[in-house]
Amino acid sequence: MFDASAPFQHRQSAHCESGVVSNLLTHRGLPMSEAMAFGISASLTFAYMPMIKMAGMPVIAYRMFPGSIIRGVEKRLKMKWERRQFSDPMAGAAALNAHVAAGRPVGLQTCIYWLPYFPEEMRFHFNSHNIVVYGREGEDYLISDPVFEETTRCDGASLNRARFAKGDMQAKGLLYYPAEIPSEIDYERVIKSAIRWNYKTMNGPVPIAGIRGIRFLGRNIVKVSKQANAEKYLPLYLGHIVRMQEEIGTGGAGFRFLYASFLQEAGKLLNNEAMKQASTAFTDAGDEWRRFALRATKMCRGREKMDVDVLEAQLNRVADREQAMWAMLRGL
Amino acid sequence: MKADEVPQDPSKTHAGIRKLLYAVDERGEYGGVKSAGWDVENYVTLAAVDELNRQCEDALARARAGETSPLEYHMYHRRMDLATLSATTGIWAWRVKRHFKPSVFARLNERMLARYAFAMGVASDELRQLPPANV
Repeated sequence: MFDASAPFQHRQSAHCESGVVSNLLTHRGLPMSEAMAFGISASLTFAYMPMIKMAGMPVIAYRMFPGSIIRGVEKRLKMKWERRQFSDPMAGAAALNAHVAAGRPVGLQTCIYWLPYFPEEMRFHFNSHNIVVYGREGEDYLISDPVFEETTRCDGASLNRARFAKGDMQAKGLLYYPAEIPSEIDYERVIKSAIRWNYKTMNGPVPIAGIRGIRFLGRNIVKVSKQANAEKYLPLYLGHIVRMQEEIGTGGAGFRFLYASFLQEAGKLLNNEAMKQASTAFTDAGDEWRRFALRATKMCRGREKMDVDVLEAQLNRVADREQAMWAMLRGL
Repeated sequence: MKADEVPQDPSKTHAGIRKLLYAVDERGEYGGVKSAGWDVENYVTLAAVDELNRQCEDALARARAGETSPLEYHMYHRRMDLATLSATTGIWAWRVKRHFKPSVFARLNERMLARYAFAMGVASDELRQLPPANV
């Protein structure tokens, strides 16, 4: 049963948004793993997005847009988040204080750069970092940042700065918490509809998205290698791809291992062999992603001859593995 | 990835923080495994940071030579680029670029300067200065 007075449990997660969602739901009396939250939100994807730039290079996304885990879970579980944004930072701070005083842990969207507990090496301008505030001691807010091993603290001025940083995907002080949770959840329906949805996004007709997108990226690397400035740009570009895949809290291999973990958990819960086998197959796909990262980085470092055809072949291997995995889940 | 294959390479970019990865144990069961870092990830992150530092030093040199305003140096110094600075200040990119001209920057009014200063979290006065040459 839901016990509002129970202390908030911090669980480290691979990814901030799935971590906050699963931790808040668990606190609210609906135990949920990070993998399950990620899976049922159907947030896995692949997309090469030349129209959106990050540090001057095209965004390569392994998950759907920020906010999609929060919304996806809401839609499939038929639960409700209370969500508020503020035009006035003072009103945002006051609302947070009211929740803290009521003893209610809330999720916040923040900009990493302004959070002082982040080490210098990890600070960059990224507006969609999710954290939980679960209390206050003096001037400091008590923070459960799911990508950290332990809970931490943040002073009020910095926290407000991080919540109201402007720019792309700005948070506008976004604050959220679960308001309504259904008493019964039909996991069979929820999980199957999430997997079917994800099947569609990964097997769609758009050339830069899903499995076709992975192959597109391979061709794109070859194309970039023929540019006049390739000698300088290509290593930076490859490094950028690997960073998007590994560095930004993905649980390894661009969320592939996290999703494989979801498939395994779902397979056990529903006693579904196809899901269990798909989990193993997706682990293989993740391993191929890691091999791609290793190869590409070796070439950038000059420990292996730069050969874009090898990289393209490796990405095609990734795409083959992912394709085989989704075929197992067809007609679920 | 197997749990015992999860890389544990000490990485400067992790700053002592262990990240959570998902991996399978010897029975094929998935679980979270803490990783001290991966050599591959460490390398690409440092390469990206190096590139930023190079742009920053380049801007500093040009600012000293009077070819650009201190604003461009401070922008890189705060790990921003033109797109980020424009988005966080709400000032159009072409205007920001114009403010990189030393002659234009010198005539900037306090209000405009304050917008930049706020977005970067520094004092307005600091924006007009460059770090001493020996640092």
